[in-house]
Amino acid sequence: MNMLERFKVSFSRMFNKLFKKKGACIGIYGPPNAGKTTLSNRILKDLVGGEETMGSVSHIAHETRHAKRRNGLSIETNGHTISLDIVDTPGLATKIDFHDFMEQGMSDSESKKRSKEATEGVIEAVKWLDDLDGVILVMDSTENPYTQVNVTVIGNMEARNLPLLIVANKIDLPDADPAVIKEAFPQHPMVPVSALEGVGMDSFYEALAKQFG
Amino acid sequence: MQGIQLDLISEARISQMASMEKVRYIIDEVRKGKILVLEKGLNPMEEAKLIEMTMSAIQPDIFSGIEMQSYPANSDGSLLGKFFKKQGNKRLTVIGPANQLKTLKKDRNLISALVSAGK
Repeated sequence: MNMLERFKVSFSRMFNKLFKKKGACIGIYGPPNAGKTTLSNRILKDLVGGEETMGSVSHIAHETRHAKRRNGLSIETNGHTISLDIVDTPGLATKIDFHDFMEQGMSDSESKKRSKEATEGVIEAVKWLDDLDGVILVMDSTENPYTQVNVTVIGNMEARNLPLLIVANKIDLPDADPAVIKEAFPQHPMVPVSALEGVGMDSFYEALAKQFG
Repeated sequence: MQGIQLDLISEARISQMASMEKVRYIIDEVRKGKILVLEKGLNPMEEAKLIEMTMSAIQPDIFSGIEMQSYPANSDGSLLGKFFKKQGNKRLTVIGPANQLKTLKKDRNLISALVSAGK
């Protein structure tokens, strides 16, 4: 091995040591009840199998109140394998009123407790934005996509020059209109899915590998 | 005369403040029951900071958070547009107490909101 080759090898090792990452760390974001945890659970079911889940799901908002990370998920697509870590985050919101939980049948003390935990969860989700390599932004395709949470998350990813994949979830519902989401944010790739029914997941994994691989 | 105070804040005024000052100022004013309209709003990082600090300020029966609406940034998908992209295009933003300001309709170029005296 001549001097130039030795230099190439040692530079390559140094480069790998400095910059090699096990896998991109991708946050799953969105407003409360968009289906973030349902999507996370679907990903685990498809890629890992077994009974492992990211968390419980509920029709009451802010069911997820702590971020949960799952490392080392492998996705095989088009002959390539990529490795990702995913972080299921609590739903982002600008307001949390404990009366909303009381309307869902919770007691006064339960509602206040959930409200406090939900505010802490939002703070945790915002802080995670600093440590991610990209974001999957989950939107409910039966709802108006122009919510402030969506605008803020997209703005943050654009300002940081980090990749973003929009998931138009709940396409199994009759009012779903994923085209409205595409029209709202045409500069980003969008995949329509039903995380609950497992519809559109192959396209989702392809888009995931393309965006974050 | 009774009513709701609406402050229209120019870009010149808000741009003199550091990010933390802006966020603090907005929360303090909104907690007093004011509706703020910022000529050019916050950048995305400042919006995230505002959400974070709002969560810390929430107290049951006293302050339930804010309603904030800004338009999505205009996208320029061209190579030059991406290359010269400024950090988050700031656009008009309306912010108020969650119990007094309710968004009725929002799209790319319209924010329609209802202001009430609150609870």
